[in-house]
Parts: sequence; C-alpha cells; structure tokens
Amino acid sequence: MPQIAQIAATYASQIFWLLIVFGLIYFGIGKSMLPKIEATVDARDRKIADDLVAAQSARAEADRTEEAYRSAMDAARAAALKSTQDAKAQAARDAEVRVKARDVELTAQYDAAEQRIAASRGQALASIEDVAAEAAQDIVARISGVTVDRSEAAGAVRAALAPVA
Amino acid sequence: MAAESGKIDPMHQFLVEPLFGQHLVVGGYDISFTNSALWMVLTLGVLWVFMLGGMKRELVPGRWQAAVESLTGFVGNMMDANIGPKGKAFTPYVFSLFMFILFANILGMLPIGVVGLHAFTVTSHLTVTGVLAVLSFSIVLIVGFAKHKLHFFSLFVPHGTPVVMIPLIFLVELLSFLVRPFSLGLRLFVAMTAGHILLKVLAGFVINGLNAGPGIAAIVSIPSFVLMIGITLLELLVCAIQAYVFALLTSLYLNDAINLH
Repeated sequence: MPQIAQIAATYASQIFWLLIVFGLIYFGIGKSMLPKIEATVDARDRKIADDLVAAQSARAEADRTEEAYRSAMDAARAAALKSTQDAKAQAARDAEVRVKARDVELTAQYDAAEQRIAASRGQALASIEDVAAEAAQDIVARISGVTVDRSEAAGAVRAALAPVA
Repeated sequence: MAAESGKIDPMHQFLVEPLFGQHLVVGGYDISFTNSALWMVLTLGVLWVFMLGGMKRELVPGRWQAAVESLTGFVGNMMDANIGPKGKAFTPYVFSLFMFILFANILGMLPIGVVGLHAFTVTSHLTVTGVLAVLSFSIVLIVGFAKHKLHFFSLFVPHGTPVVMIPLIFLVELLSFLVRPFSLGLRLFVAMTAGHILLKVLAGFVINGLNAGPGIAAIVSIPSFVLMIGITLLELLVCAIQAYVFALLTSLYLNDAINLH
C-alpha cells in the first residue's frame, strides 16, 4: 500500500502542498467568496421578505379601501332610502292637510247651501200663504159676495196650512 | 497501470511520484511537486472556477449561481443546525473542508484513464486526510480551551454522572475524544482507498478477460463491467457522503468545543 509504504518519503511534500492548497481555498474561497455569496443569498431572502410584507400591506390597504367604499355605499343607500321615506311621509302629510282644508271648505259650502235652501223654503212658504190668502179672499167674495178682511183670510189660510207645515 | 502481461497492480494508482522526475528538497525535506500535489492544485482550480460561477451576485440566480448557493446554503444550514448562531464564524473552514474533499473525491473518479492519463485521488492518502483531521481536531482544542479554559474538561463528565463513576467515565470520554482525529482521518482514507481498489480490481478482470479470448470475456469481462458501472455510481455517492460526513463530524466536534454540552 503506497500510502503507508511511501509515507516517510512523501509526507513532507504531501503536507506542504496540502497546506498551500487548503490555505488558498480557506482564504480565497472560504473567507472571501463565501461571505459574498451568503450576503447575496441573505439580500435576496430579505428582499423576498420585504416584498411579501409590502404585498401584505398593499392587500390590507386594498381591503381597507374596499371596506370604506362598501360602508360609503351603505351610508349612501341608507341616506337615499331615508330621503325617499321622508319625501313620502311629507307628501302624505301635505295631502292630508290639503284634504282636511278642502273638507272644511266643502262642509262650509254645504252648510251655506243648506241655509240657503231653508231660507228659500221659508220664503216659498210665506209667498204661498199670501197667494192662498188672496185666493181665499177672491173665492169668498165671488161665492158669497162677502168681503173678507185680508188678515182674516190670512189667518184662515194659516190655520188650514198648519197641519201641512 | 501495467496492462502488459496481464499483470495489473490495483495499488499502483496510489503511488506518489514527483512530476517530470524532479525532486525539490528544501531544508532536508522533499517537497517535490508530485502527482498528488498536481491533483490538489487541480482541485483548487476546479473549485475556484466553480465558485466564480456563484459570484455573479444576481438577484434572480442562474443555474450555476443557484448550484453554488445551494452548496453554501447546505453547509450554512448544517452549521446553524449543529452549532447555532455561534457556528457562523466556522462556516468558512467547514465549507472549505467540505468543498475540498468533495471536489478531490470526484476528480479522483474521473475516467481519464481511457485517454491515457492517470487520475489521482488526493483523499485516498492517509497523510492528506490525517492533516485535515488533525487540523479540525486542533481547531476544536484551541476553540475549546480558549472559550472555556480548564472548564473544557467538563466535556468528559456528562451531566448526571454519579460521583463514584466520574473517574471511569472521564477516562472513557477522554479516550473517545482522543480517538476522534484518527477516526475522522481514517474513515475518509479507507472509504476512498477501498472504493478505488475495488474499481481497479474489477477493471483488471475486464482487461484480463478480454485478453484471454471471447469465451472468458463473455463470462468474466461483461459481468465485471456491469458491476463496475454500479460500483462507480456507488462510489460517486460515497464521494459526496464522505465529504458530508467529514464536514458534519467537524461541525459536531466544534459544537462540543463551543457549547460544551
């Protein structure tokens, strides 16, 4: 086995070159290249983490915006509903007031008409008495030749009409 | 590999030879640039190119950058899970360890033997894995004693040990602690060596079978070749697992040193 048979003859050369090569690897690669590569990886990991955080906050922001939009929409809808209800109620109240006013007016007209009718009726009745009294005077004069006093005739007519009235 | 005369030495692949036959001796030590050193440098080069692909630092990574980042993330998560936030300081070391072993293992599996080159698996050498193990163990000791001073020895007395048992438990725990660098280095060395020997032996069967004529080739070479494909895939898995195990155990030992229990 040359590894052991040759060990005395080659150990110095093996160790010498190994230390040189391994020293170059340690200082040239392990100490100078490796930290840079690790820094690159760390920077990338940090960038990914930052981007994720940014995306998360953008999403939260979007959620907030949507929430605000929705609540504004809800408020607007509620306001619209309220104003239509108000308008409806107002219209109903106005209509009621107008109906009432008209009602009062009509009642007054009705009452006035009734009074007029009553007055006309009284007048008509009075003129009937006059006409009847005159007619009675004439009739009595023509039939019996007796001149009846005007007031007497009127009294008789009134008596005769009394059950009618 | 000596294919001639049917003699194939599965151990030849582990032979360390100075390139171009040149020896470089400094202060009594032979530090020649060997095939082993060449493959270490190749590992460094390939690893460097691979990591450069991860340095584009784009916000949206391409395939290459994503591959590099998945490996750094893998080691980073392992350190975080085993040690916690304090483990971050040791991520460069464990990452270097993991990547060096992984790339050395995989480069050693390259089938460049078919074009006449010889792949060499750096991590199949006890010297190399031993140095890495001792390095990890030294860091554990230094960190442990620097952080907890002599209190570090309480690592060897688990919570709730009866007072009578403390000396015995202390010895057992100390022994298991001291065995760590050996198990760490030997595990990788043995896994890589065994896998490569097995592959070379099977490859020898294939070639010797082919040399021995069509009849033998049919019953020896073809099944061996099919088996080799399976073992190669298994070895690639072992390459990754052994790198992972080495890094994982190092992080667990560091956890002992940093957090005690």
